Amino acid sequence: MNKKNLISITDFSKEEYLKIMELSRYFEENPNQSLLKGKVIATLFFEPSTRTRLSFETAISRLGGKIIGFSDSNSSSVSKGETLHDTIKMVSNYADLIIMRHPLEGSARYAAEVSDVPVINAGDGANQHPSQTLLDLYSIMKTQGKLDNINLFLVGDLKYGRTVHSLLMAMSQFENPIFNFVAPPELAMPDEYKLFLRQKGIRYFEHLEFNDIINQADIIYMTRVQKERFIDPVEYEKVKNVYILKNEMLAQTKPNMRILHPLPRINEIHTNVDSNPKAYYFTQALNGVYTRMAIISHLLNLK
Amino acid sequence: MQKQLNVSAIKDGTVIDHIPTKVLFKVIQILKLEDFPNTITFGNNLDSKVLGKKAIIKIANRYFEDEEVNKIALVAPNAKLNTIRNYEVVEKRVVKIPEEIVGIVRCFNPKCITNAENIPTRFQIINEKSIEMKCHYCEKITNENEIRIK
Repeated sequence: MNKKNLISITDFSKEEYLKIMELSRYFEENPNQSLLKGKVIATLFFEPSTRTRLSFETAISRLGGKIIGFSDSNSSSVSKGETLHDTIKMVSNYADLIIMRHPLEGSARYAAEVSDVPVINAGDGANQHPSQTLLDLYSIMKTQGKLDNINLFLVGDLKYGRTVHSLLMAMSQFENPIFNFVAPPELAMPDEYKLFLRQKGIRYFEHLEFNDIINQADIIYMTRVQKERFIDPVEYEKVKNVYILKNEMLAQTKPNMRILHPLPRINEIHTNVDSNPKAYYFTQALNGVYTRMAIISHLLNLK
Repeated sequence: MQKQLNVSAIKDGTVIDHIPTKVLFKVIQILKLEDFPNTITFGNNLDSKVLGKKAIIKIANRYFEDEEVNKIALVAPNAKLNTIRNYEVVEKRVVKIPEEIVGIVRCFNPKCITNAENIPTRFQIINEKSIEMKCHYCEKITNENEIRIK
């Protein structure tokens, strides 16, 4: 059987990204469906992630499907010592598709090899979380009307943040992106990604702060600068306020500019930004439901 | 002056020469020679024109397919294999790094699923010169200094 999975953002081609964008728009316009009628979808959350789980489960419900699963490994047979292999073998006999979040990296790729039904990776440790990237793409598409020629500001923790790495890989498939990396030296974009961009002839710029250049941005993608990432707490204290977005910084920004954030936000976007029409992060989260409806339908060849 | 061999000759079998001294035991592990019942002799820290010091392994009545022996290229890229029949070298071979390494090396990433479950590891070689290999599962890169045999 030639089953499709979504494990890593690079598993999908540009054509598939565009198909997901089109389907997401269709489901946004027609959210109540019965495409999954009679189908059972498993959501296996070996570590808790309320936001992602609720988004997927809403998507399944909107498509008319039934849900089985667990929301943390304490309530599953894992607590009795069952291997991932055996859990997946069993569940793939019950369900038509598996959505899995697991703390270990590579677990989703392995599950896809064990399972007879398609697997969606809803996060494997610090490795991949591709449905987040697809909803980010959909949010850019919706707010900018295109995915080509986007000036994208990635701000905060660019070293450990898997969302920014995946977004970089996905956006580099489109025409003429410009990346602006705004991060302290401790959390700078890793060399492997910069090398990748250079090899593809894609422009990128690195900055330590962004107040003076923010007016160039089409999209500002904020992430959290975590104190735990700094070896020297003094360094953290020095930079912690540099990467906080405040409403007064937005006065000169482009009219089409929108602010994205994978959430949860802590303090990196001041709450006085929330009422600004350029704040898009809560709508971005809602877009995730439509994007996940699109991913499920695509993998099961329903649309 | 009579030339004396540091490791005595074998009548039939395989000689693996030009092994870096530090990886002798890794080569033994990779080829699973611990379980091999025939005579095996080896020497370490022998003088070498090429390497300065080298290791050598002589395995009686054992011959290797390319696929089997190419695995050692991970740790001993300059190793040379001599096939011996009746004390004569009948074939000389060099080793070549395979594109994919399955089930030999441990993934460097402690949070990789292959270090938690009993799964054969799979790596794609992304740099042959100074070995770098990408884990098929966690997508992290293990380099030559981090290679540990499973």
